[in-house]
Amino acid sequence: MSQSYDRGLIEDFGRWTEFSAGMWAWIFHKFTGWVLIGYLFTHIAVLSTATVDGATYTQTLQGLESLLVVRFLEVGLLAVAVFHILNGVRLLFVDLGIGLESQDKAFYAALIVSAAITVASIPTFLMGAF
Amino acid sequence: MADYYSSFEPKGTRWLFQRLTAAFLVVVLAYHFMLLHFVNHAADITFAGTQVRMSQLGYFLTMVLFLIAGTFHGVNGVYNALVNQGLEGTPKTAVKWLLIVASVALIAQGIRVAIAMTNLI
Repeated sequence: MSQSYDRGLIEDFGRWTEFSAGMWAWIFHKFTGWVLIGYLFTHIAVLSTATVDGATYTQTLQGLESLLVVRFLEVGLLAVAVFHILNGVRLLFVDLGIGLESQDKAFYAALIVSAAITVASIPTFLMGAF
Repeated sequence: MADYYSSFEPKGTRWLFQRLTAAFLVVVLAYHFMLLHFVNHAADITFAGTQVRMSQLGYFLTMVLFLIAGTFHGVNGVYNALVNQGLEGTPKTAVKWLLIVASVALIAQGIRVAIAMTNLI
């Protein structure tokens, strides 16, 4: 079922103008994956220092949320998570052999929908930040 | 580009678990974000609210499973990425064990924190 595909040396970013949709999908999926696992370790570390008692927990979360930069980082995190989810669904379909002829279009759709959801979420994330 | 191609050969337990955890995480990560940023705004979250949520056994178990699935999926992804970059031999073995230790520590600490958020014990 599976056959190898010579994608060339994708790590050579000097070739970026030649990259196809699949290569960009691979790069974005990898980048967003690194961000998400980095965030998971950070998330547990922050919650660990906050969960001393109820008051410290509430103060830590509300203190972080009072910083404008945190609100923007949350928008970035949402963008990264949404793209990784949507492109991940695309990859699951590719692995199942479903809709293979549409995989490029599905990548573009994942990008557009991620962008739309991210932009639409900005008012919610910035609410009360100013 | 109608050919079938994937970086992964369908084989092995880690290959299968990477996909099973992916399917689970798609749903639970979206739920986690929706619940804690859109239903309850992060700025309004208090320990009391967290404790109410985390003290429901179904929610607590979902979050613990989310932690375990997320850790496996993320750390296995990192390992695959490094192997894909050409990691081999002794460094590969060292990285593998470092990632296993980091994963176990993250899951253990995550569960400790999750329990501290509940009134279950």
